[in-house]
Amino acid sequence: MPTFVYDDPPVRSSRPIAAGLLWSSPWIVGLCAFLLIPLVLSFWYSLTDYPLLKPAVFIGLDNYTSLLQDERFWRVVRNTTIYSLFAIPLCTVVSLVLAAMLASPGVKWPRLWTALIFMPTLVPMMAAAMIWLWLLNARYGAINVIFGTLGVVGPNWLEDAAWALPSILLTSVWGIGQMMVVYIAAINEVPRSLYEAARIDGMSAPRRLWHVTLPMISPTILFNVITLTIGSFQTFVMPYVLFRNERGQKAAGDFYNLYLYDNAFVYQKFGAACAMAWMQLLVVLALTGLMLLASKKLVHYRGA
Amino acid sequence: MSVSKFQPRLLTLALAFAGVLFVAPLLWMLATSFKPEDQAASASLRLLPDPASSTFSQAQDNYTQVWNDPAIRFPLYFRNTLVVAVLGVVGMTLSSAVVAYGLSRIRWRGQSAVFATILFTMMIPFPVIMVPLYLVFRELGWIGTLKPLWVPSWFGGAFSIFLLRQFFLGIPKELDEAARVDGMNHWSIFWRIIVPLSRPALAVVALFHFIAIWNDFLAPMLFLTKPEQFTLALGLQMYQSKAGLTPWNLLMAASTLVALPVLLLFALTQRTLIRGISGEGLKE
Repeated sequence: MPTFVYDDPPVRSSRPIAAGLLWSSPWIVGLCAFLLIPLVLSFWYSLTDYPLLKPAVFIGLDNYTSLLQDERFWRVVRNTTIYSLFAIPLCTVVSLVLAAMLASPGVKWPRLWTALIFMPTLVPMMAAAMIWLWLLNARYGAINVIFGTLGVVGPNWLEDAAWALPSILLTSVWGIGQMMVVYIAAINEVPRSLYEAARIDGMSAPRRLWHVTLPMISPTILFNVITLTIGSFQTFVMPYVLFRNERGQKAAGDFYNLYLYDNAFVYQKFGAACAMAWMQLLVVLALTGLMLLASKKLVHYRGA
Repeated sequence: MSVSKFQPRLLTLALAFAGVLFVAPLLWMLATSFKPEDQAASASLRLLPDPASSTFSQAQDNYTQVWNDPAIRFPLYFRNTLVVAVLGVVGMTLSSAVVAYGLSRIRWRGQSAVFATILFTMMIPFPVIMVPLYLVFRELGWIGTLKPLWVPSWFGGAFSIFLLRQFFLGIPKELDEAARVDGMNHWSIFWRIIVPLSRPALAVVALFHFIAIWNDFLAPMLFLTKPEQFTLALGLQMYQSKAGLTPWNLLMAASTLVALPVLLLFALTQRTLIRGISGEGLKE
């Protein structure tokens, strides 16, 4: 009896590649339809003049060369780069320090503090942008009102070019909750015995963080830094809401993807937009590759 | 000795301060949404309107005014967002589970290549493909419909597949083998063994995707063209930028309406969600 019944499944499992492909097919079809075809198309369009309503005309690398001579292109590259250079270390340090504090023994109600710090990351980006638009309002925003009660005149966060970067950095620090939760989990995985040993050696808490915790969780740090880098290059909604209004700081708050969006959907220059998309993709891949290479020396993987 | 007692207390105090700081913007949103317009736009840090007895009726006024706005139809956007979220969540959970099954419970050549590709695609930023994606959807005739927002979910998502695959790998192989002896094929093993055993992981995937869809702004902005199809995030942006300045108290009431469902969901599923993000809930 078992042999007969057993005969049916082996027909499938004798062709495991067919079964495996069949089960993976939703992903493979989706990959082609919503990722590969768009990627290939976008490369082709990046070599064309394509005003959407008229057919695309091949123009070689003109989109790329004219972008490289374009003032606004360099402005958004500079703004996005400077923002990333500040945001990545800032968010990493804040989330790591908070995670280390939350994971240290003897702290009361760690789950409550974790939940409170994590909560803002769930707020829809658009609602978060509205909240910051209000908090950073120069006259009635809560931040400047608090400054006012301290006798200090708060800055004009959203309308003064010099304060555009600090404003947007503030909003990104507010969203570190997810990263922090990942760090807490990584810290909790570090063997307790290492801390015991460090304590017997007389190490202070900050030195334990530096010499024990950080090396042990370095793979997680690498993962988070890569995610953060990709994320900071994608910044769109915050500057879109905070700086694109009648009085907002349009130049200092201009980001790469705002220009990409404008090229495509405002100026109808699909070719130029696709060229920007490809340059962004290449930069992200190159940076990720570099980080993975550099990490070979810096990241400590526990022996498998 | 006193140091070791003193330090945790200091840390607790610092964390309480940080916690309050992170929640303060949300509390301020709520506080503003309860006030009349002139009190919202003023240099006062009161949490409740003055007189405090008017809080409830004032809040009711603000929220009904937002909800019944003739130009920005929040009830409709609420419905649209819910439709997209439900269709997307069902599709994402189901298809990701199927793919994860193929990558964890069946051994086949090419498996690791497919898995590596899935991980690789997590690195591609959405803005890189949004323009050509627009062209693909236009070709399919989907621009101006809700389809671009939920149909792609039915083809699995990299992160969901990754999460579920890790979970499925932890389920003992012997269960499948026993089931095979009983004559079950992959389809029934999947439905009768793997899915029932993976409820916590499936819940995490569903929850994440629900939040992602609820919060998304860029895709609705690109692919929806008709106001009657707008989602909440898009409606909120329209509400803020519509002709004339939107009063702060009403804008905060609208923001609260958009954020509240997700925050309530968080309150109800807090532990599952946080464990899911840290990968802890996925260990048996």
